[in-house]
Amino acid sequence: MLQPADEQEIREIVSQHAASGSALEIVGGGTKQGIGRPRETTRLSTSRLNRVINYDPAELILTVEPGAKLSEIEALLAQHNQMLAFDPWDFAETAGGEPNRSTIGGVIGSGFAGPRRISAGSVRDHMLGFHAINGRGEAFKAGGNVVKNVTGYDLPKLMAASWGQLCVLTQVTLKVLPRPPESRTLALRGLSHAAAVDAMSRAMRAPADVAAACHIPAQTSEPSITAIRLEGFGPSIEARARLLTGLLADAGKLEPMQTSEAGTHWLCIRAGNLPQSHQLPLLWRIIVPPAAGADALDGIERFGGIGMLDWAGGLIWARTVAEAAVSIREVADLSGGHAMLVSAPEEVQRDIPAQHPEQPGVAALSHRVRAAFDPSGVFDPHRFDAHRARAPA
Amino acid sequence: MPPAMPEPDRATLSRRGEITAALRRIVPHGVIDDAASMAVYESDGLTAYRQLPMLVVLPETTEQVSQILKYCSANNVKIVPRGAGTSLSGGALPLADGVLLGMAKFNRVLEVDYANRVAIVQPGVTNLAITKEVEGEGFYYAPDPSSQIACSIGGNVAENSGGVHCLKYGLTTNNVLGVELVLVDGEIIRLGGRGLEQRGLDLLGLIVGSEGLLGVVTEVTVRILPKPELARAILVGFSDTTSAGSCVAGVIAAGIIPAGMEMMDRPAIHAAEAFVHAGYPLDVEALLIIELDGPAAECDHLIDRVAAIAKENGAVSLRTSTSEAERLTMWAGRKAAFPAVGRISPDYYCMDGTIPRRKLPHVLQRMNELSIEHGLGVANVFHAGDGNLHPLILYDANKPGELERAEEFGADILRLCVEVGGVLTGEHGVGVEKRDLMPVMFTETDLNQQQHVKCAFDPASLMNPGKVFPQLHRCAEMGRMHVHRGQVPRPDLPRF
Repeated sequence: MLQPADEQEIREIVSQHAASGSALEIVGGGTKQGIGRPRETTRLSTSRLNRVINYDPAELILTVEPGAKLSEIEALLAQHNQMLAFDPWDFAETAGGEPNRSTIGGVIGSGFAGPRRISAGSVRDHMLGFHAINGRGEAFKAGGNVVKNVTGYDLPKLMAASWGQLCVLTQVTLKVLPRPPESRTLALRGLSHAAAVDAMSRAMRAPADVAAACHIPAQTSEPSITAIRLEGFGPSIEARARLLTGLLADAGKLEPMQTSEAGTHWLCIRAGNLPQSHQLPLLWRIIVPPAAGADALDGIERFGGIGMLDWAGGLIWARTVAEAAVSIREVADLSGGHAMLVSAPEEVQRDIPAQHPEQPGVAALSHRVRAAFDPSGVFDPHRFDAHRARAPA
Repeated sequence: MPPAMPEPDRATLSRRGEITAALRRIVPHGVIDDAASMAVYESDGLTAYRQLPMLVVLPETTEQVSQILKYCSANNVKIVPRGAGTSLSGGALPLADGVLLGMAKFNRVLEVDYANRVAIVQPGVTNLAITKEVEGEGFYYAPDPSSQIACSIGGNVAENSGGVHCLKYGLTTNNVLGVELVLVDGEIIRLGGRGLEQRGLDLLGLIVGSEGLLGVVTEVTVRILPKPELARAILVGFSDTTSAGSCVAGVIAAGIIPAGMEMMDRPAIHAAEAFVHAGYPLDVEALLIIELDGPAAECDHLIDRVAAIAKENGAVSLRTSTSEAERLTMWAGRKAAFPAVGRISPDYYCMDGTIPRRKLPHVLQRMNELSIEHGLGVANVFHAGDGNLHPLILYDANKPGELERAEEFGADILRLCVEVGGVLTGEHGVGVEKRDLMPVMFTETDLNQQQHVKCAFDPASLMNPGKVFPQLHRCAEMGRMHVHRGQVPRPDLPRF
């Protein structure tokens, strides 16, 4: 693994690899290495670029190097009662492995946002600017260091969920927000998938400013839990809780969850922690229109899978057998969504591409956009290639 | 003087009749080619710059847009897309040898999907019409540029428009979930949809704010939000801008993100008050309008906290809205600030830089000095919450040289914004207006990277050329270009 110390070293490494036609895989903490085809690509770690360049609480901005650890950034922001509002998490909580390695670069590369995404936006929505090295070995920057900016193309958005396939980030500026002073989780128990999505939808349609809403289906001895989180100032939470209690009275009794139970509950849904099972080795992160969440989850269960709903129905975490992979993608397609395979045995990953295939026209355009940053494909470790994909027997 | 545009292509101009006939075959009743009828399209909201297009085409269907672009691509004809023509940066300024593609006939709301909290609309639908469509069900579309009664959602997507509420609710880009897009070769693609995340690269994020240079949007899926139960505003006067700035910082430090937080300086306050009689105090140097929204309990709680913070920071006047009518009156002055300034000066030139908020006193001080140097007045309205300045430079276009001085003054202000750590444009876009200032903020390599992206969409540079980029590279040359130590290998390429 290459561990350059600064921008200049990264430029040299990239230029050499581009010239020799060999690929590089950019890694932060490496917690998401298990996503995508098995590969032997040389890894370029950003771990030594780990400084906080500028944290300005009053301006709501944070400029850091990509190797800065998520846990350290969150601790720093907490000192000023601020946060990364898109609710990122250490991916080791999802995929296993050593904790506390997740870096901000890796969080941006995946674009994975947590439960608060429905109210506060995703990683992309908090990307203000960056500096990077492109596949030509050139240092460039885009965006800015202020919270409102439309100067030039919005390349910062393109960095989120780019999986390191465009350039090596060397510095990023993120928008930070005040941490809500209070939080309260209200729960309905015993709802079916459909009743839960309906209840969450009605909560989202009310002026209740729902911060997060999820549904964990019934397990052997436990009834299902449909949880709605309210955040903000005390009097406001009180008023909104009253509104929702009345609104959802026909769905059951909306009761506050104990703080500690609520804490565990949201950590579990954020990380996609479904019951571990050797029989269900594939973990999926599926995005659908929120109202389609219940039907999609029914579909997953018909193929022997289990799942739970976040984002008021718009995000499904699911575990399935390998044989169901093609069907899961069909379920996602039929719902108007897409399914990413985020954890699976190597032999499965050889055949099933991690990313949901794109429409041909969009795939071709994406390819051209990647080439605009990286003409020789130095940042393409064939991690998400679909060409060897086939339906398992 | 508008910045120089690309030299019109004589070959294209000589084929004008043939091109008109071809486009008429695609859109039989939607091609305008006589100068008198085209005059309405000769400029957008940046009225200082005017240019008649070669011809205007007004398609009604995505298929027609696709065929028009396919024809233009095959025949090397430039295209300038236009929504409602309210751009303040000249984004829809026509080209003498270009087809102006007007999207006004795409004016239908196609579907409102309350279960998924989205509306699917054609790009010519006005911003405010979306809210009108859904308000009966208690919803609204959050981004609210001041021109919302006229500006189209397609134009909002092109410019990534903001508004006074974007501190809390985001810009257009944070509220758009999907688009149907026609690429320059006529291919129709869809990006995003009704879900909260698209697959693969975030091309949707790239399209929003691309100023009509990457493709033509023919359908937009926007998020709609439940209307807050209540909104209340508080009007606070200060005897200096530093105190007003401290108050803004204090509100944010208290963990409060108001729905809106606007500042006006003395000239803007006086102009607005004379125009709409909003009851603004006239003996203050800075006025803040801070709006809180949410449940009544939240508004009451936060209004009290904001009032306390304002007093701690030396507020000399303070008034809280007690009715919806009073709140709207407080806003009326701010929302009418531009026309109000139009009454005290024959012409004004609106700038749009963003700065780190704490630099405000310094920037206003420097702006006063620049005002004296250039011999032109300036009034300031300011989205104080997010640092987006709108200095309005006062001038008289009928006095020789004043427009040029206003432009120089404006450029100095934008350079100042970048110098203090800010940016050239917060919400109006680069367009033609700030095109030649791009190198103040970006290096040659930075701009080349953006142009490589442009080439991925539009290899022949037919979509809205002459906007955003100060230097027009041919994509084939871009592929070979290698910039070493900031030196461009082809200094002979046209700079305009």
